[in-house]
Amino acid sequence: MNLRSGLSTFARFASIATIAFAAHAAAPIKIGSFLSVTGPAAFLGDPEQKTLELYVDKINAAGGVLGRKLELIAYDSGGNAEKARTFVKRLIEEDKVDAIVGGSTTGETMAVIPLIEQAQIPFISLAGAIDIVEPVKKWVFKTPATDRMACEKIFSDMRTRGISKIGLISGDGGFDKSMRAQCIKVAPKYGIEILADEAYASKDTDMTPQLTKMRQNAQIQAVLNCGFGQAPAIVTKNFRQIGMTVPLYQSHGVASKVYIQLAGGAADGVRLPAAALLVAEAMPANDPQKKVVEGYKHDFESRYHQDVSTFGGHAYDGLYLVADAMKKAGSTNKAEVRNAIESTRGWMGIDGEFNMSPTDHMGLDLSAFRMLEIKNGDWTLVH
Amino acid sequence: MSAQLLQYLLSGLTVGAIYALVALGFSIIYNASNVINFAQGEFVMIGGMATVSLIATGLPLPLAAGLAIAATTLVGLVLEKLAVERVRGESVVTLIIITIGASILLRGLAGLLWDKNLHALPAFSGERPIAIGGATIVPQSLWVVGVTLVVVAALWWFFNHTLHGKAILATSHNRLAAQLVGISVRRVLLISFGLSAALGALAGILIAPITFTAWDVGVMLGLKGFAAAILGGLGSGPGAVLGGLALGLLESLSAGYVSSAYKDVIAFGIMLAVLVLMPGGLLGRRSAERV
Repeated sequence: MNLRSGLSTFARFASIATIAFAAHAAAPIKIGSFLSVTGPAAFLGDPEQKTLELYVDKINAAGGVLGRKLELIAYDSGGNAEKARTFVKRLIEEDKVDAIVGGSTTGETMAVIPLIEQAQIPFISLAGAIDIVEPVKKWVFKTPATDRMACEKIFSDMRTRGISKIGLISGDGGFDKSMRAQCIKVAPKYGIEILADEAYASKDTDMTPQLTKMRQNAQIQAVLNCGFGQAPAIVTKNFRQIGMTVPLYQSHGVASKVYIQLAGGAADGVRLPAAALLVAEAMPANDPQKKVVEGYKHDFESRYHQDVSTFGGHAYDGLYLVADAMKKAGSTNKAEVRNAIESTRGWMGIDGEFNMSPTDHMGLDLSAFRMLEIKNGDWTLVH
Repeated sequence: MSAQLLQYLLSGLTVGAIYALVALGFSIIYNASNVINFAQGEFVMIGGMATVSLIATGLPLPLAAGLAIAATTLVGLVLEKLAVERVRGESVVTLIIITIGASILLRGLAGLLWDKNLHALPAFSGERPIAIGGATIVPQSLWVVGVTLVVVAALWWFFNHTLHGKAILATSHNRLAAQLVGISVRRVLLISFGLSAALGALAGILIAPITFTAWDVGVMLGLKGFAAAILGGLGSGPGAVLGGLALGLLESLSAGYVSSAYKDVIAFGIMLAVLVLMPGGLLGRRSAERV
């Protein structure tokens, strides 16, 4: 090798190194995600992905985080836990992301937790079940309120109405069964006695037998339906059809306009807990959450021309919790970001006010839910 | 009779009539070809969803329903022409698997073409429940039961008093002999797919006000309708109705008197027991005749 070619080789290396260094200085912060954008849980993953894309763009337009742009790397897990594991592995090992915000369903989230803990990477789950953060896992956080909190919200509302003996009717889906179990667990704490515990298959077309059985029990003061999908609307219609007059409570699982459309007039008088996002317009102007949820609603609906959903709100909270933690930590160092997420206090998101702590990796309290009553085909706040 | 029992019976009747309507569609195609058409549930879904979207454009219900039935019939005919007819002469199992593929395809297309939300149709004659001796039934249930009866009568007439109907029956008994006497087996298959698609669509429209409709309702309705058809005896019209009603009543009575969590277990358990004792179903032809 002569001197000249040696020099030019050196120069080439040097220039490559310079390019690489420059690229590193402006290298984007990588946010990884895996969501059920298709498949049975598409109604979760679709708004979540759209929200992440929307706000990554917004954050970048405003200058990014720590002077660096955010880069979203999102995979579609189709609601499949096995796929979710593969994608999380790829996010960690190949894409080398700085944090992960994702996991539309509880099944996917639980499946990837061992990988997350092993790789020691901050992870914010968008799934519902309390098992995700109980017991606390060092690297795992979540934004949606749990079904146990929904039960507690419903039971405390029942107590203020003097109701203590109720009938429970639940579907056989994952959401339904989990909520039923949580409600049965916390009922004694609120002095609620469950006198009937009926079930139906989630695709059933008629629930009058179960409701008739409850109607025969004169002691039942209210009925709670832990359900999801179309079945709660059928329950509501059947409930009115057989002339039951006690209060009917539904879960946050049906807190969408679709439920009112399906159940029609039968939904009048039904109470249910729901996220603030649904009642943004009805909230008083001095509500500290009003501005946040109205801003999100406006951003989402003006870009995608479809109704906003609470599921997208989980993704908004997850993304901003990570972005804020990185700003607070002043770096993307994984351990520092994790500590910063854990020390989040008084941060107002779409799901409520987050107060994280080493023993609470969700950080929400009952104020995350608003008790709603359906009147004339629309939501009203119960005070 | 107590009001409670009466309510269970009315509920069973409502649900049973829904199953029966779907089961009838299975029977027609089975009669013509010995094929169990697993896309039958999808015909039900297309009927309901098409009506919903046509009503959304401002059409009145009868017109929307008519167009939806026509569209679904077309889907049935196209399915027969493009998929089933191409492999005629293959074994029945091949044809059945083709219908499974078609059902997955149709469901996926529906999810793309429409959306994945639930939709409700307005009830045909109001929602005010009708009280009968302390129990109640919604008017739409009477529509379902009534139309089921009319359809059974019409099918009976079609199969026993028209040339096309008799041709279908003849083909089901002996395909080769039917061909030899000049019956076009291809036409028979085409007619039976069209007819059962139309019937499925009609069922989908009638039950949408009660059960709602969505891109994936065909799965459950197809399964329950198939179970009803088997219970009543595949290929028998009155059997399909009897099977549907029996299944509906079994479900509601076991939910009411035993356990709502195990109602499907009880209903299907009894169904299995019946099939062990009567392999051809309640009103099915004896299998010896099939050889």
